[in-house]
Amino acid sequence: MKKLILTTTALAMTASFAMADTVRMGTEGAYAPWNFVNDAGEIDGFERELGDELCKRAELECTWVKNEWDSIIPNLVSSNYDTIIAGMSITPERDEVIDFTQAYTPADPSAYAAMSADVNLEGGVIAAQATTIQAGFVAAQGWTLVEFATPEETVAAVKNGEADAVLADKSFLDTMVGQDGLVMLERMEAIGGGVGMGLRESDPELRAKFDAAIQSMKDDGSLNTLIAKWEVSTQW
Amino acid sequence: MFSYCTDPSTLDGLKWLSCYLTTGKHMSFYASFGTVLALLAITAPVALLFGFAGASAARARIAPIRWLGKSYTAIVRGVPDIAFFLFFVIALDQAFEWMRHKVKCPDWDHPIRQGSDFIVCDAAKLPLSSSAQWIHEAYGFSLAVLTFAIVFGAFAANVLFGAMQAVPRAQMETAEAYGMSHRQTFWRILVPQMWTYALPGLSNLWMILIKATPLLFLLGVEDVVYWARELGATKTAKFSDYPHGNWHMQYFFGLLVFYLAFTSLSERVFKRISARLSHGQATAAGEAQRKAAQ
Repeated sequence: MKKLILTTTALAMTASFAMADTVRMGTEGAYAPWNFVNDAGEIDGFERELGDELCKRAELECTWVKNEWDSIIPNLVSSNYDTIIAGMSITPERDEVIDFTQAYTPADPSAYAAMSADVNLEGGVIAAQATTIQAGFVAAQGWTLVEFATPEETVAAVKNGEADAVLADKSFLDTMVGQDGLVMLERMEAIGGGVGMGLRESDPELRAKFDAAIQSMKDDGSLNTLIAKWEVSTQW
Repeated sequence: MFSYCTDPSTLDGLKWLSCYLTTGKHMSFYASFGTVLALLAITAPVALLFGFAGASAARARIAPIRWLGKSYTAIVRGVPDIAFFLFFVIALDQAFEWMRHKVKCPDWDHPIRQGSDFIVCDAAKLPLSSSAQWIHEAYGFSLAVLTFAIVFGAFAANVLFGAMQAVPRAQMETAEAYGMSHRQTFWRILVPQMWTYALPGLSNLWMILIKATPLLFLLGVEDVVYWARELGATKTAKFSDYPHGNWHMQYFFGLLVFYLAFTSLSERVFKRISARLSHGQATAAGEAQRKAAQ
């Protein structure tokens, strides 16, 4: 009996050692209010708070890593970090390469911002961040697309006249309109399928843990509170 | 930083600026200048070593070594830097992990490649996922040094190869006539004389290397350009105590001054080295020095 207890403790201990492995959370750090670098130089925003809470609920130890958007998926699949939590919409194309948890914000339409409200989108030049659903959408419409590496540059392109309008997540544009005469257009595009956390396809255990944590936050309403606090999307 | 910085919205003028320029974020920005300088200080000699090895190999008498040297310079010079940094580094990282995996986890039964995923056992991860953030950063930094050294080494190899060919044949013949072996003529005659021919090409490479550091962020190393872009981006009052518009112009102007100061300093250093190397050489510059001394 004593031996049995000893073995179980040993097993439990090795299991907890494996659990104590640090989970590295990859994000972009340039997409307020989702994720950005605050004055102290730390990653902050909706996803920082969400990620920390999810890690607490899943009893994981997490650290944060910044990575450029362009190479964010290649660096995940080669295991330089373990999750992507960077306002990434769940799309079938991405799902072929990586896995997603359930969405933590609902599918919201994307919005346009321009220097005047009566800009002609079809004949104009539209700015979007490279390898986003918005860039894919503009390209599929056959409109003239200019792509930029960072969200900030897409807005700057509209301000300096290089592009006529920018297509991006509405919550991001909300932080930008009102400055230098930038206005939101009426027209919206229903693209994308909600934002989720990206994980390696070979990592179903971690995915299950985060899935359960997201579900528990949805159930007790704390996810909605967080969404309202950072104004990232509509409520669940 | 300062005691009066607790509520920046009430400050203005120089006081505001002094608080703004000493935020944690700005400290990271200043530190990134050190990162860039350290990278250059380590990369330049390593790249020169790669170049020297490549050039020596390219003119070796044994054919396979010669092929190796020639294909190194030809292939690496032909691949765009950004492709090198996006794909080669990840492949290099995976090669290290694969080797460690073979040594440390011989009884692992899952495949390493699962679709697009690359999975090695936890003990083989580089760095270990449990290690501190600075180890991850140091590892990324050394990967960057190695990649820069390989890329710039290939260019340096070509420069040095040309410089070795430019040493007058008469000098080598004289050495051979004195009975020096192949190795002796190489080290005593060829190598000391080739630098004067190599210097213009090498100084070009150095200038290009100085400006190539923004590629670092592709590896997760935050360099000066990354921070200038981040700090200059529009800040709204909601997410920052120091809201401002798009200040990219100001930050990039600062970088411009830094880079110009740095390149002009390098230029001066190269001029001095060049004067030293021409001393007593059978070149026009060496001849001019002789005439001036008379």
